[in-house]
Amino acid sequence: MRKSAWWRRVSRAVSTLCLQLLLMIAVSSHPAAATLQSAYVAVASNFILVAEELKAEFESAHPYQLTLLTGSTGRLYAQIYHGAPFDVFLAADQLRPSLLAEQGKAVPGKRFTYAVGRMALWSDRETGEGITEILSDPAILRIAVANPELAPFGKAAVESLAAVGLLDKVRGKLVFAENVGQAFAFVSTGNADAGFVSLAQIQATPNLKGKSVHIIPSDLHQPIRQDAVLLAGAEENAAAVAFFEFLRTPAAQSVITAFGYERISHDG
Amino acid sequence: MMGEFGSVYVTLKLAFASTFGLMVIAVPLAWWLANTRNRIKPVIEALTTLPLVLPPTVFGFYLLILFSPEFPIGSFWVRVTGETLAFSFAGILMATVLHSLPFVVQPLQNAFESVGKGALEAAATLGARPLDAFRSVAVPLARRGFLTAAVLGFAHSVGEFGVILMVGGNIPDRTRVISIDIYTSVETLDYAKAHILSAGTLVFSFIALLSLYIINRGWRGRVQGL
Repeated sequence: MRKSAWWRRVSRAVSTLCLQLLLMIAVSSHPAAATLQSAYVAVASNFILVAEELKAEFESAHPYQLTLLTGSTGRLYAQIYHGAPFDVFLAADQLRPSLLAEQGKAVPGKRFTYAVGRMALWSDRETGEGITEILSDPAILRIAVANPELAPFGKAAVESLAAVGLLDKVRGKLVFAENVGQAFAFVSTGNADAGFVSLAQIQATPNLKGKSVHIIPSDLHQPIRQDAVLLAGAEENAAAVAFFEFLRTPAAQSVITAFGYERISHDG
Repeated sequence: MMGEFGSVYVTLKLAFASTFGLMVIAVPLAWWLANTRNRIKPVIEALTTLPLVLPPTVFGFYLLILFSPEFPIGSFWVRVTGETLAFSFAGILMATVLHSLPFVVQPLQNAFESVGKGALEAAATLGARPLDAFRSVAVPLARRGFLTAAVLGFAHSVGEFGVILMVGGNIPDRTRVISIDIYTSVETLDYAKAHILSAGTLVFSFIALLSLYIINRGWRGRVQGL
C-alpha cells in the first residue's frame, strides 16, 4: 500500500516535470518570442571580447537583447551558408561577407567595414628582440597560428611570416588553431612558445604572464579589413538593424579603437 | 609530405599504436579488477570508466594544462625529447589511450570474470603457476574478450575527435587525423574530401564491427559444439 502511494507521488511529480518541459520548449520555439526583440550576432573570434563590451553598451541603451556566437570567420560563414539563424555577421575579412551578399544570404547594401584588425606576436621572449629574431630562435619550439584557411588572422600571420622570409624556416614549428581564440589559448597555457593573436585579445588580457607583445607592422600583411553584414531575413528584426547601425556610431567606434583596432578609412 | 590524405596515415598509425598501448595497460588492469577483493576496486573501476561519461573537452582542457611546459609532465617531456607534448604525435597518442581505456578494460574484465575461479583452481592443482594458468587457461577462455577489446580500442581510436581537436594543433602528417580533417573540410566547404574521408571511415568501422561479431559467433559455436 505504502509503496503504491509513493509510486503515485513519484509518477505525478515526473509527469508534472515533463509537462513543464514541454511547455518550456513550446514557448521558447515560438517565433514571436525569439525574433521580437533579440538578435543573434555571429562574431569572428578576434573580435569577441570587443563584441561583449559593445553588447553591454548596446543593451543598456536599447530595449533589445543580443546573443553572441563565436568561431573562425570561415566556420561562421559555412554555418550561415547552411542556414544558421544568425542576424548579423561580424567577419574578420571582406571576402566572406561579400560572398554572402552574392549568394543572397545577406541584405543588399547592408555591409560596411567596422574595424581594421591589428595582429600581435605574443611570445615568452624578451621585449627587446625583433620579430625576426624571436621567430628564428631555435628555443622557440611551437608557433601558434589560426588556421589560414578559416581565419583571416591566420592568413595574415602566414603572409607576415612570408614577408620577413621565415615561412619555410618555421613551417615545421607551426601549430594550427581552430581560430585565433584557440591560438591565444595555446600560448596562454604555455604549450606554444609564441603565437600570432589579435591585438584586441592582448588589450583585454590583464595578466600577460610575463610574455612579451610585438605588434606586427601592418605592411607585412594584407590589411585585415573586417566587414559587418546584415544577414538575409534580419531586415525585419529591429534588434538586429539597431545593432548593425549602432556599430557605426562614434560611441561604438571608440570602444573598437580602444581595443587596438584601426579607424575605418572608408565604407565598403 | 604525405599529400592530400596524410590524415589517413596518421590515423592508422595512431590507432595501431594506441591499441598496442591500451592492451599493455588494460590486460593487467582488467585482470586485477576481475580478481581483487581490495576495497579500492570500486574507485579504480570508476576512474577507468570516467572517459566514457566525461565530455572530451574536460579531457582536452586538463591535458592542455598537464602538457604545458609550466607543469612537471610537460617540462619533463620537453627536456627529454626536445618537443612539447601538446601538438606532438606522442601527445595525441597519450590522449587517445586515456580516452579509450574503458572500451578495452570493460570487455577484458567481463571476460576474465566469466573465466571463473574454478578453471584457474583446477590449473593450480595440476601444478600450474599463476602466470602459467593465466596464459594457458584464462587467455584462451577469454579470447572473445581480447578480440572485442582490441577491436573496440582500435575503432574508438580511429574515431577520436574532441580531445585531439584541443591538444593536437592540426599539423599535417603529424597530428591531423581523419576526424579533424573531415571537420576542417566541412568548414572550408570542401565536401568532396569530406565525403571521401567520411564514407571511408563509415565503411571501415562497419566492417570492423561486422568481422568482430562474425568471428565471435564462430567461436561461440565451436565452444557450444564441444
